[in-house]
Amino acid sequence: MQCTKCDNHAVYRLSDQLYCKDHFCRYFENKVYKTIKKFSLFRPDDKIAVASSGGKDSLALLYTVMLYTNKYNIPFFALAVDEGIAGYRDSSLDDLKFFCSQFDIKYHIVSFQDKINTTLDNIKDKGISLNKKPCTVCGIFRRTLLNRAARELGATKLATGHNLDDEAQSLLMNTMKGNMSHNAALGPVTGLSSTKGFVQRVKPLYFMLEKETRLYAFIKNFKVDFNECPNISLSFRAGVRDILNNMESTSPGTKNGIVNSFLEILPLLKEKYRNEKPFSFCERCNDPCSGKICNACQMEDLLCLKVN
Amino acid sequence: MLVFIEKENKTVECNASSGKELLAKLNINPSTVLLVKNSDVILDEEPLSETDQIKILSVISGG
Repeated sequence: MQCTKCDNHAVYRLSDQLYCKDHFCRYFENKVYKTIKKFSLFRPDDKIAVASSGGKDSLALLYTVMLYTNKYNIPFFALAVDEGIAGYRDSSLDDLKFFCSQFDIKYHIVSFQDKINTTLDNIKDKGISLNKKPCTVCGIFRRTLLNRAARELGATKLATGHNLDDEAQSLLMNTMKGNMSHNAALGPVTGLSSTKGFVQRVKPLYFMLEKETRLYAFIKNFKVDFNECPNISLSFRAGVRDILNNMESTSPGTKNGIVNSFLEILPLLKEKYRNEKPFSFCERCNDPCSGKICNACQMEDLLCLKVN
Repeated sequence: MLVFIEKENKTVECNASSGKELLAKLNINPSTVLLVKNSDVILDEEPLSETDQIKILSVISGG
């Protein structure tokens, strides 16, 4: 089968449009650039920290951010968190280091071991015994460490590799759990740029399907480890992901429909929840948070961690 | 034909006339994989022959 735009072999179908490798890459990059421009994700005076794990999403993100920022002369660097997940994170960080050396990209790695004196592997059983899934524990510390490191390294934006699948999953998960206020915190740009101590998060891959980022990484021949995190099967997200993939298979465009419908009501949600959770600073670590004590400090207490 | 399934890290023998039919026989959701025929990515509807070497790459990775 041929590409709709040229005589080359087609590798991807998007409804009636068929793309060869070259035209698919152009489609992918243009859609990312369009997202960056439409939602003003980057400004000329920004310094971008690109949250990178070494997986396909973060390498596709790093590469497209590199192409975009080179064009507009915006500085950026890769920022990774080593959670301490044996047999999983070590190899993806090797892929990240290889990628960064290949394209001469600066990178920084912060680890749970250095920052909270332990690894996810060491604390996950305790978390489970306290009814906290590994992804919950990991997510809280990872978000905190990424924000702190990005801030300390002078970044004004933290770009993450969240894609359309991630966003549709989060929307569905929050809705199923009745956490509509959490949905107000989603979208291509999250957090307020004016909040002291918080590096605004942006999602350039917001409209890209996970399948598209994998295809892009494959075509670009990125050296990527495709292992799943060993803890994912324990997560609520995995179940929601399967529901969405089944729906996408029988009704193509489902994920896109969910996210675009959400974007239409996002301004209303933001307005509704604007004053519900006033912004403050953690009494313990002084990081921005929505209560007296931030989630990371609460989790440290719950797990009885001795943090520096 | 020989089919390598990345997620399970195993190779199975399975014949099908198209990628779509192959995925259905293996009970794999097309939204979650890429099909590679003799080192090139192909569309699900592409025809297959018995001599083709197929890889089914998992789209889902990470956490």
